[in-house]
Amino acid sequence: MKRSPTFLYSMLAFGFAFLYIPIFVMMLYSFNDSRLVTVWGGFTTRWYTALLENEQILEAALLSLEIAVTSATLATVLGTLAGLAMNRMGQFRGRTVFSGMIAAPLVMPEVITGLSLLLLFISLQELTGWPASRGANTVTIAHTTFAMAYVAVVVQSRLASMDQSLEEAAMDLGGRPFNVTWDITLPLIIPAMASGWLLAFTLSLDDLVIASFTSGAGASTLPMVIFSKVKLGVTPEVNALATLVIAIVSLGVLIAGWNILKKQRSAHG
Amino acid sequence: MSIIANPGNRDRLWRSSVIALPYLWLGLFFLAPFAIVFKISLAEPLIAQPPFSPLWGIAEDGTRKLLATLDNYLFLLEDKLYWVSYLKSIKIALISTLLCLLLGFPMAYAIARTPQPWRNLLLLLVILPFWTSFLLRVYAWIIMLGKEGLINNGLLGIGIINEPISLLYTDVAVYIGIVYTYLPFMILPLYTTLEKLDLDLHDAAADLGGKPLHVFRDITLPMAMPGIIAGSLLVFIPALGEFVIPALLGGLDSLMIGRTLYDEFFMNRDWPLASAVATILLFILILPIMLFQRLQQEPQQ
Repeated sequence: MKRSPTFLYSMLAFGFAFLYIPIFVMMLYSFNDSRLVTVWGGFTTRWYTALLENEQILEAALLSLEIAVTSATLATVLGTLAGLAMNRMGQFRGRTVFSGMIAAPLVMPEVITGLSLLLLFISLQELTGWPASRGANTVTIAHTTFAMAYVAVVVQSRLASMDQSLEEAAMDLGGRPFNVTWDITLPLIIPAMASGWLLAFTLSLDDLVIASFTSGAGASTLPMVIFSKVKLGVTPEVNALATLVIAIVSLGVLIAGWNILKKQRSAHG
Repeated sequence: MSIIANPGNRDRLWRSSVIALPYLWLGLFFLAPFAIVFKISLAEPLIAQPPFSPLWGIAEDGTRKLLATLDNYLFLLEDKLYWVSYLKSIKIALISTLLCLLLGFPMAYAIARTPQPWRNLLLLLVILPFWTSFLLRVYAWIIMLGKEGLINNGLLGIGIINEPISLLYTDVAVYIGIVYTYLPFMILPLYTTLEKLDLDLHDAAADLGGKPLHVFRDITLPMAMPGIIAGSLLVFIPALGEFVIPALLGGLDSLMIGRTLYDEFFMNRDWPLASAVATILLFILILPIMLFQRLQQEPQQ
């Protein structure tokens, strides 16, 4: 880069400051002994204690984790199948509609997804009696639906970039399609499935809007509880919660990123 | 393809279940709901459970009668609130997309020009916020933008302003929130295209006496176009229907359509009207979504 690297790098620095300063400020204030944001009232960990004693938040966190694990697992199974259908099954009837249904959930505004799924659940209930009530079950279905699209895209791009000669050789030697997929393709796409699962898990844990629409009375997920608290302004317990969440996630991402880098480096010799 | 060339019932069963399972799931839980939204948008609101009229009724002579009405759509046309809401959402989404591009392009460019291993680290830093809670990061701006927040204190401190200015619960806060949230979605596709850009081409153009601005306009920009379009769509489409950001950072008057829909549904409990609002929003989004889907498919062909 010959021209004006100063400009480029100052934009880069500004961009990262923009992305990270709010997070650091929030983390800092989670240790502030004063309820006011302006005043530094000294160091304290009392908001963390208050957080751990807050049963409403703990219950919601548990519910959210349960929904996230179930929906991420379902989404990984369905999304992997969808990726295989898009990339290893050749032409089939309705392929265009299918690819549309995989791409659209990625950008669909959450209010539309949430509203339409709720109206579906209500209509189904009137017609068939199922789902009898709305709560963890309906939120899990909703999260599975939009997360499987993300998994499908991750798996699909892995399948597209993969060398197919091994699969083709196995097929030419008389391998049955199921066995070839199970024994050869699957082990190669396990990393993509794992990142898909993590992505689905994170998206589910984070979703407010779709859960608000599709959940029922008494089943509040963690984002729903957080939203009801922060609508009224700054809440120190939420600062503490945010700090914990961000610390855990950052650690996970950094370790995963580090491992990928190390693997890349050793692969390149 | 060799996969199809191997018939046999078990193989066919495997093939059809790989396709049918995700197909049926998405058909039932993604496609069918839109039909239901459209159906309910043609109903009348009732104070009942569920709070809307059925589409079919029994006429006096005992036959089935279609009860659909376009009243909700007519109401949306008549009431200025909804028009303003749609237009304002489009305006906010467009300007936010442009701001993301203006900030994201130099960032992506700088990252693509950084030698390894720094480049991977910078990329990781762009992706990291994406993995942390979106809701909590939007909330962080409540702390930043308040009357006594960091920004007001900073501006007061260096003497640019004499008294705190209103930032939180204004449109400015909504813009900041959207750019902040969606910036990584702009940077990543831009980076992917800029990374592939041939540096030699730049150097050749520059060596041949090309003015930097011309090199940028004639070489960099056209080659980065796929990334620009993909990034812009990834910001524009979700921003248009955004609910959380205007609800937490915007003022009472910052009626973006996502929030209008939410309020119509949860506060007024007018489900048919909310469905009509959603149907029109979807109608506005059809073109950009189809364009996005095109872009998604291209690499595979």
